Amino acid sequence: MTLDLVLFFALAAVAVGAALGMLFSRNAVYSALFLILNFATIAVFFLLLGAPFIAMAQVTVYAGAIMVLFLFVIMLLGAEQTQGRHRGGWQRPLAGLLTIALIVESVYLIFVRSDLVILIQPAASDYGSPQALGELLFTDFLLPFEVTSVLLLAAMVGVIVLTKEDKKKQS
Amino acid sequence: MFDWLLLLEWVAKSGILLFILLTGFAYTTFYERKLAARIQVRQGPNRTGPGGWLQPAADGVKLIFKEELIPASAYKFVFILAPILTVLPALVIMAVVPWGPTINFFGRNIPLHIADVNVAILYILSVASISVYGIVLAGWSSNNKYAMMGGLRSSAQMLSYEIALGLSFVGPMLIAGSMSLNDIVEAQRGLWFIFLQPLGAFIFYVAMLAEVNRAPFDMPEAEQELTAGYHTEYSGMKFALFFMGEYIKMIAVSAIFAALFLGGYRGPFVDQWPLLGPVYLLIKIIASLGLMIWIRATLPRLRYDRLMAFGWKTLLPLSLLNVFVTAVVIVLLEL
Repeated sequence: MTLDLVLFFALAAVAVGAALGMLFSRNAVYSALFLILNFATIAVFFLLLGAPFIAMAQVTVYAGAIMVLFLFVIMLLGAEQTQGRHRGGWQRPLAGLLTIALIVESVYLIFVRSDLVILIQPAASDYGSPQALGELLFTDFLLPFEVTSVLLLAAMVGVIVLTKEDKKKQS
Repeated sequence: MFDWLLLLEWVAKSGILLFILLTGFAYTTFYERKLAARIQVRQGPNRTGPGGWLQPAADGVKLIFKEELIPASAYKFVFILAPILTVLPALVIMAVVPWGPTINFFGRNIPLHIADVNVAILYILSVASISVYGIVLAGWSSNNKYAMMGGLRSSAQMLSYEIALGLSFVGPMLIAGSMSLNDIVEAQRGLWFIFLQPLGAFIFYVAMLAEVNRAPFDMPEAEQELTAGYHTEYSGMKFALFFMGEYIKMIAVSAIFAALFLGGYRGPFVDQWPLLGPVYLLIKIIASLGLMIWIRATLPRLRYDRLMAFGWKTLLPLSLLNVFVTAVVIVLLEL
């Protein structure tokens, strides 16, 4: 148990550090790299919780596919340097307000609500295994699963249609 | 409480695997030079040692003593990080590939694989998706337009072929009913999956050539367009690391190909003499490497737009069709 705890805090430090590094980097490529580190740490968290399937999905989808696209776009546009300090006008007070709200909410949930103990109980041994996940997806969560797939299909068709139109106009 | 012998076993197995991969890297370069020379009716390296067999050692010594340059305008930290990020995924991807059945060693049963996880196939996919970073970052941090173009090309290429690669895993996975490579190898006891999944095996092989940037998909380093692509600015040992990454990946994907489609370590008499397992796997890896070298020595490089069109318009629909047909046949036969 103590080894788990030590690992957890070490990983948490890396995750928070990477998140802060992402926010404060002046160079967009470094920001992206910090974000990749953050995603990778979260994957290790899932491994620690005994959910290797979700850990691998996290690495493949987020750290692998999505962040490669981010890096690709940053490099292709040559947008590495963020110009000056962006003082976001009305966004700053709003961001502060939202942050305070988030902190209050989490403090309330962790320290006041006691029924959260349920969450801390150890999960079943096959929790997060590919079989269990697949069964859940095709029984209890069939509707959300299918809706998501339709949404993704629509997005895909939309992208193809949009890029096709562009080509015709140019020629 | 804690099994120290088990820890020792893991360390020993990892050490052996690393040693084999690193030596294998040196001799794969030699194999490639010799075989490509034979195909092109040349001699190949034959001066260092008997029959040229010490050539890899001579190459290694030469690369270690070469001067290493870092361009003045490079992003130094990432520039040094990139070669490391290229080699690391190539080394760790082999952890889930079984190289033999369980053997009995001084009264202790030792399974001949490092980790038998039930998400082995996803692990391979995630490591493959990480391996693109080394090349992209090398291209960007060099601050050189050829290197940059090479890095961008490779990221686009690897992303495109990763989808077909992932879908080609689905066939063996469906037939074996498991994502563990050990189970998949065991399921090929009777018949290799290459006979049940010829299209899947073909797609896997093509996509894997593209993933490891081998000819005819070696776009990122097309000499006549990009000088040397993403590793233009690298020299000495850092340059060697990129080649180490490429060749170790060749060995690793050959091992994965063998495990998925060629029955892995299975062969005649493996059940009686388990130590034959690694030998069979080695033979299959060498055959697959030979095929890769043969392809490189005979096929010209594809043009970049043709490469992308082939990936998206031919390979992806074919792999979707393969998954569909496999799933339907399995449902029809078993229900």
